[in-house]
Amino acid sequence: MIRLENVSVYYTKDAPVLRNVSFTVEKGEAVGLIGANGAGKTTLMRALLGLLPHEGLITVDGTEVTPKTLPEIRRKMGFVLQNSDNQMFMPTVYEDMIFGPMNYGASREEADARVDAVLARLDLADLKHRHNHKLSGGEKRMAAIATVLAMEPEVLLMDEPTSALDPRNRRLIIRTIRELPETKLITSHDLDMIWDTCDRVIVLGRGSVAADGPAQEILQDRALLEANRLELPLRLAGPDGA
Amino acid sequence: MNRMDRSLLELREMDTLAAGDSPVHRLHALAKLLTTVAYIIVTVSFGKYQLDGLLIMVLWPALLFSLSGIPVGTCFRKLRFVLPLVMAVGLFNPFFDRAPLLTVGGLTVSGGVVSMITLMLKGLFCLAASFLLMATTSIDDLCAALRRLHLPSILVTLLLLTYRYVGVMTEELSVMTDAYHLRAPGQRGIRFAAWGSFLGQLLLRSMDRAEELYGSMQLRGFSGNFAYAEDRRFTGRDALWLILWTAAFVLCRLYNIPGLLGRLLTGGIR
Repeated sequence: MIRLENVSVYYTKDAPVLRNVSFTVEKGEAVGLIGANGAGKTTLMRALLGLLPHEGLITVDGTEVTPKTLPEIRRKMGFVLQNSDNQMFMPTVYEDMIFGPMNYGASREEADARVDAVLARLDLADLKHRHNHKLSGGEKRMAAIATVLAMEPEVLLMDEPTSALDPRNRRLIIRTIRELPETKLITSHDLDMIWDTCDRVIVLGRGSVAADGPAQEILQDRALLEANRLELPLRLAGPDGA
Repeated sequence: MNRMDRSLLELREMDTLAAGDSPVHRLHALAKLLTTVAYIIVTVSFGKYQLDGLLIMVLWPALLFSLSGIPVGTCFRKLRFVLPLVMAVGLFNPFFDRAPLLTVGGLTVSGGVVSMITLMLKGLFCLAASFLLMATTSIDDLCAALRRLHLPSILVTLLLLTYRYVGVMTEELSVMTDAYHLRAPGQRGIRFAAWGSFLGQLLLRSMDRAEELYGSMQLRGFSGNFAYAEDRRFTGRDALWLILWTAAFVLCRLYNIPGLLGRLLTGGIR
């Protein structure tokens, strides 16, 4: 579904943020992308979506990511931003949800039907006509996911979906992510969430792939995680990290 | 809540007003936009001494306030910073134009006073009409209407993003102001020496957020068109609203209706 071959991304000429990154994500897979701050996780996602120029080859469902193919690529991939305030820019949840589908040619009736279906699927029907600025953090995050799902993407990219959420909302988001059948690529520092939602984990370290394998295997490898400035998930490490 | 938060709430209140439901809200954005433009053009075209003729133009905003259910007080509260500026435009006319123009109850009124009041009323009416357009139409519907008039996509997108970014910038300003005052207790405002770095940081942070927001719009297919906004058909009711009101404005401009009524009441017309 997603293929990266020797992908590099530069902010400045001499210091690449990503260096020769290669991996593939198969259809239906849930892949966690982990790494310390500055490892290049968000940069990688932005490059995948064509928001940042890159060197190397990125394909999505066989289509190469180039300026010409961006509409097609972006129709297939939905991106849930880390900051929901930047995702929810319309006055109400409903208006935000029809924004994407209608831009991609859906009629009002079709967009309405999608909105209702997604809200019912996420059990969020009561949010439909709420004003975005009056939503709580958890509601806003769920609504942000709903806006992306309304576009019926084949791949979901999620940047820190559980950051700044209380435990109850965090659990709700984890349950929701687990139930989504789409192909998923999730970045997070919340390794317990990655444990709960992903089958496979890619560790990014200093801009390149440091490890790639089954989630539970990677997340139990203390030496690997520590070499990449990460720690074991709390459920394995205990509260004192020992 | 600091002043920035209050400004942000006021800004968002416009979205809430625009999301209301009334006969005016239900009109097509294009009909409302063109009627407002016609109203403003006609209002501005009144001569500087045509105060009596101008007075009838108050009826349109008054009717809109009544039909839309938007309180007049809200309009004045929102326009409180702009209104004094508009009012100040003709403030010096009484000093430059002292020629007597009319006598009211034995009191001679100079041309300068009449032209000052005329200018003030013109400004007031036009601002009220613009406010009513914004308060009964969402920014996206308005932008869609402008695109229907074939205004260049880049200009309309600029308008939309400016509207959105004002909110983003105000949010950032609010956070930064709070952060500043938490570490500068007892200080009123922001110290002059900190203005440079404060504004620089505000600009950088707002740019980052604006870029993220625009990226989010692009990722959901935004390309300068407003497919998601007003997609209702322009109906006969919308056309009737536009034609009748434009005709009424032109009639008010061509005939001094208050003057005619006055003469009728005082027996001037037989």
